Amino acid sequence: MSESRAGTITAEAGAHHEAPGFWRAYVFSTDHKMIAKQYLTLGLVWTLVGGLLAAVMRWQLAWPDTAVPGWGEIAPEVYNMLVTMHGTIMVFFVAMPILLGAFGNFLIPLMIGARDMAFPRLNMLSVWTFALASLVLLVSFFVPGGAASAGWTGYPPLSARPEFTGVNWGLNLWILAHALEFAAFLMGGVNYLTTAIVLRAPGMTFSRVPMIVWQQITAAALFLLSVGPLIAGAVMLLLDRTLGTAFYAPQVGGDPLLWQHLFWFFGHPEVYVILFPALGLVLEVLPVFSRKPLFGYRWIVGATVVAGALSFIVWAHHMFISGMDPRLAMPFSITTILISVPFAYIVFAMIATLWRGSIRFPTPMLFALGFLAMFIMGGLTGIFNGSAPADIYVSRTYFVVAHFHYTLFSAVVFGGFAGFYFWFPKMFGRMMSEPLGKLHFWLTLVFFNVTFFPLHHIGLAGMTRRIANPLQYDMLVPHQWINVVSTVGTFCLVAAQLVFVLNVVWSLVSGRRAPENPWEANTLEWAAPSPPPHLNWGATPPTVYCGPYEYSLPEAREDYLPQNLGPARVR
Amino acid sequence: MLNWMQWLPENVSTYGGDIDSIIRTIWYLTVAWFFITIGTLAAFLILYRRRAGRRASYVKGERLREAAWVLVPVVVVVILDLWLDLLGAPVWAKVKIERPQADLSIQVTGKQFNWEVVYPGPDGRFGTADDRRLLDELHVPVGKPVRIVLKSKDVIHSFFLPNFRLKQDMVPGRAIEGWFEATKPGKYELPCAELCGFGHSGMKGWLYVHPPAEYEKWVKEQWPSA
Repeated sequence: MSESRAGTITAEAGAHHEAPGFWRAYVFSTDHKMIAKQYLTLGLVWTLVGGLLAAVMRWQLAWPDTAVPGWGEIAPEVYNMLVTMHGTIMVFFVAMPILLGAFGNFLIPLMIGARDMAFPRLNMLSVWTFALASLVLLVSFFVPGGAASAGWTGYPPLSARPEFTGVNWGLNLWILAHALEFAAFLMGGVNYLTTAIVLRAPGMTFSRVPMIVWQQITAAALFLLSVGPLIAGAVMLLLDRTLGTAFYAPQVGGDPLLWQHLFWFFGHPEVYVILFPALGLVLEVLPVFSRKPLFGYRWIVGATVVAGALSFIVWAHHMFISGMDPRLAMPFSITTILISVPFAYIVFAMIATLWRGSIRFPTPMLFALGFLAMFIMGGLTGIFNGSAPADIYVSRTYFVVAHFHYTLFSAVVFGGFAGFYFWFPKMFGRMMSEPLGKLHFWLTLVFFNVTFFPLHHIGLAGMTRRIANPLQYDMLVPHQWINVVSTVGTFCLVAAQLVFVLNVVWSLVSGRRAPENPWEANTLEWAAPSPPPHLNWGATPPTVYCGPYEYSLPEAREDYLPQNLGPARVR
Repeated sequence: MLNWMQWLPENVSTYGGDIDSIIRTIWYLTVAWFFITIGTLAAFLILYRRRAGRRASYVKGERLREAAWVLVPVVVVVILDLWLDLLGAPVWAKVKIERPQADLSIQVTGKQFNWEVVYPGPDGRFGTADDRRLLDELHVPVGKPVRIVLKSKDVIHSFFLPNFRLKQDMVPGRAIEGWFEATKPGKYELPCAELCGFGHSGMKGWLYVHPPAEYEKWVKEQWPSA
């Protein structure tokens, strides 16, 4: 079926050969590669906003109630807004568009040998719905009362009645922006799943599909299955806010904890919706630069699916001290332990992939290894949170902030940069500067740790999250120097990203022209020209003869065996 | 910087030591795992770096015998994790489920942005004329279990006594019970640990732990007629 469909598209493309105009090519494009770049652009713009908010927050925490240069003094309600919008933006408007929107769209069709997504117009609708969500979120900063300030988790009753935060329309628009964002990624997810199932090239069996595709479609499935309850919860929240219903109002029989259950039933799978694509990017990069097959392909696919399934029964570990029945803590502590099994497997398999390899260290590999090291750290600190009695103390403190930045920041930033440096030549047809890339990596690694490692300590010392002024607490005054260190780290971390910007601009303008397969990799996208033309493949789409990680096969002349060449290369 | 245990504030509750020992056990285990995994990673990166004339081994790790290299450490992780849960279960139950008999009950209600503290008075019952109300301060005797009833008037707050290793959210519409027993007299900070609005930062109170005689004196001052 996929062949006949691909055939039709080719014929059509041949019949109308004129190049599409500016609007069709760059704005209202149905080409998955352009949509990927649109998602990437929006995600990077939001990264600037989210990063700026973080920098302002960190200034306030290091030097409370002093004027932030170019901003002024931070009032407490503004600080709450910064906290809330930083979290919302980084999770929903940076991590998702970059890791799913950009990499999913760019890679899935190319890697399975398709000409485009199964539903190209739905794909365009997806990115434009996301653009609308972005616009709504942006507008929410400028309405009277300002943007949402009830935390990125939006717990009612704080979020349910405007008088509790002083934010009225800002929070309504926050809910609306989420709804649009969810719609965008539901359309994307349906496309990813359908494309991966029906548009695989001849010979591209499920056991030959590259790992990032598995990770993307598992993420899409998790999102599809988990977002429903949160949408129901958000509708109830909006009704409580606007029509005076009482789903979360205890005075008339509602229950604030209902929201927390709905939010985290979605929220924990959501963590993996972000993590899986990042794992996938790293899992693609590691074998290429180890020149070795991925260690246990089928086992990793299995572990991914198992982790995805288990993510639906761990949510209450976010709620140990929320006031839910304390007898529920131990069952959820145990499911939390079970879910560490597949992730421990994947991490150890990543390390085992390096064993007896022939390892090279270009920039994408450095970022992939950086992800691995930081993710191990984040995984280990998660055990403190997962143990119910230890969590009594560490929950709601900066220890948790440190933990989830080691997991999520490492996924989005180290995983994302690994993917970006790796596929930049394919996306834009130019090689990036290696010296600048390496400088960017080392600065990012060092200042990431300067920023976030000390937060474990101040969390253990008792600093709670979302406080605007640590100096209001006698017990924190002696530890204030830690906040200063972390803040200086943040500014350096942000400054280090200028190296990246410089590298991108320089490479786009005068980088070396990228060959088809600069990294000598096996997966199908490297068989297309750099950058691939509209509809990806010339007259004939590729045929696949072998798995994606056949590196250093003893029978082959070279140490790699592209999926589309297979037997031709074996002696 | 290296020993995380030094960063915990002084523990002054009877169960805080149990929680600290769980945290300490997890700390030792995770530090060991960190050095083992990062050490292995670093060793592989050095040993198997690209060298002229050497080709990588074609190992797919699909067969059980190969996968065992990864599965065995995974099993070790699971056993250690389950052991931590077994250690943790009685501590959790002690703090959150099995509450000891207590002579003194105190009701603390969170509201934007204070702790409203109610003592039941000599009759031991809340909602009677001899109730005594305080704002942002609690007084308890050392060495006696204290029962607390946590409520909220408006949004979710979180009752956090860092020196006692006690934290419990206060949810409007519920009365959540807890307890603690102080081991050392002193003045301890009581911050709110859940975002509760513009005054969240700085919403805090103090818990005063008195020696027995001093506590008796404080009780006499509050209820002179009793």
